[in-house]
Amino acid sequence: MLTHQQIRELEETACHLRVEVLKMLHSSQSGHTGGSLSAMDVMAVLFFQRMRHNPSQPAWEDRDRFVLSKGHAAPALYACLAGSGYFPRDDLKTLRRLGSHLQGHPDMRKTPGVEVCTGSLGQGISQAVGLALAARLNSRDSRVYTLLGDGEMQEGQVWEAVMSAAHYKLGSLCAIVDQNGLQIDGAVENVMNVGPLGPKFLAFNWHVLEVDGHDIGAISRAFDEAEAETERPTAIIARTVKGKGVPFFEHKASYHGVAPSDDELELALQALSLH
Amino acid sequence: MSEKIATRDAYGQSLVELGRENSRVVVLDADLSGSTKTKPFSQEFPERFFNAGIAEANMTGMAAGLAAAGMIPFASTFAVFAAGRAFEQIRQSIAYPGLNVKIVATHGGITVGEDGGSHQSVEDLAIMRSLPKMTVLCPADGPETAAAIRAAAEYHGPVYIRLGRGKVPVVFEKGCQFTLGKGVTLRDGNDLTFITTGLMTAEALQAAAILGEENIAARVVHLATIKPLDVNLVLKAARETGAVVTAEEHSVIGGLGGAVCEALAEGYPVPVERVGLRDVFGQSGTAEELLAHYGLTAAHLVEAAERTLARK
Repeated sequence: MLTHQQIRELEETACHLRVEVLKMLHSSQSGHTGGSLSAMDVMAVLFFQRMRHNPSQPAWEDRDRFVLSKGHAAPALYACLAGSGYFPRDDLKTLRRLGSHLQGHPDMRKTPGVEVCTGSLGQGISQAVGLALAARLNSRDSRVYTLLGDGEMQEGQVWEAVMSAAHYKLGSLCAIVDQNGLQIDGAVENVMNVGPLGPKFLAFNWHVLEVDGHDIGAISRAFDEAEAETERPTAIIARTVKGKGVPFFEHKASYHGVAPSDDELELALQALSLH
Repeated sequence: MSEKIATRDAYGQSLVELGRENSRVVVLDADLSGSTKTKPFSQEFPERFFNAGIAEANMTGMAAGLAAAGMIPFASTFAVFAAGRAFEQIRQSIAYPGLNVKIVATHGGITVGEDGGSHQSVEDLAIMRSLPKMTVLCPADGPETAAAIRAAAEYHGPVYIRLGRGKVPVVFEKGCQFTLGKGVTLRDGNDLTFITTGLMTAEALQAAAILGEENIAARVVHLATIKPLDVNLVLKAARETGAVVTAEEHSVIGGLGGAVCEALAEGYPVPVERVGLRDVFGQSGTAEELLAHYGLTAAHLVEAAERTLARK
């Protein structure tokens, strides 16, 4: 259980990470704003509180693994990796530039701390299952976290992977769904209603938790509960707000893949400084 | 060449041997372990065998995850599903990062037989060859398959290995050497060259013998590695014999014939005829009937050689 002080610190961290994401996207003038901001609190808890990892030794075998199955939220991941010390913060300005190690979608061969290549939706969770199987074969107690989008849940491969994780009793696997309710073409329930997600995971024999994905304390408690479950993989359905933290981006599908302009950046940074 | 072994059977045996030697070797299948011959491995090493069920996309992704953690996964299903159904998973999760996954696709080509055109992959070599970082193999027989599987396991990177369903004549000695990226000249000759892969190499050797009786000296170059292509050996054959006939149990588009033509067009153009499926799907029938129907026999190769020689 986190103390009030720890919660406040993580909230500040998440706020700083959002600032990094916005600056990075403003610098690249392309990339995915809304889904990076919605996932930021969950990822802040993972990288700055929950996961065992060692930025000075990215290949440390006993590390926990994080797989960003919704790879288009790469800016959120890069902010976490730079903030953890995997590479200099200055590199963030090179996002999506020719020759940069910060590709439009996560690339394990280019960026220290990125575990696998993702971005084609549905594929990250399968790789996370493979990582969890390998950890078991190697008798390591590493946990594997994978973050999916709720639109991503429409991919059939996700459910193949969900089926397999339960079949293999991968208690070390935790899938978090960043349920911001929006995808490129509009509301998830209008484009192709994949809900309700919780009962679907339950039917596949997963351990299922639902939390406010912007409540740092609740997110951390959910990870505690996930870790206590050793037989079944855990799904955390995190209810989030697309564009969270920047009022004029919030709840807008139109900011799925749009970077902030000069004016928007200024207003957004002002909004975040008020937090 | 009287003995016959299915390349998939040789694969099954090799997997068990590799499993005994290296605990990092793991095997995945998609509910076809009896057919792909991964079953013996699953019985000896149940903890290192993962049956994905009928879910090839997830099998491919799990293989990528296992490789990212340092294991050496062999993932098997039929060629139509491996290269077709799971193509984008192979592209994104395996080839793009260059992960150390071996995709061993059995039931390649028309010799699948009675199951029909839906299950006969005539395009897998072309699809896999187009992927950066991918190595593509199509061994001729059982002994070469055993050597190729071992070579693939020793190589660090993604490899697609196409095997067949039926028993095929033995061309190579047991324990033969296999070098990735190197072709083998199986018969010398200076009038023309057969450049072949998979089970067509045995047919080419027969065709060369028939041509020999007509005083036509045909060279036979076997390329088990479709990619990277042994360009030097191909160009040398073109320079020294002046005519080439390629043969493969695959579409003439994009596979061995395509690769050889690309190399020759850039390096040493000579008359070429590509023997293979001429932009058509297969159908039901016995393997022998289908090979005859689609023109993939020694007799057809002799005719192709004569046509090509006339263009020299």
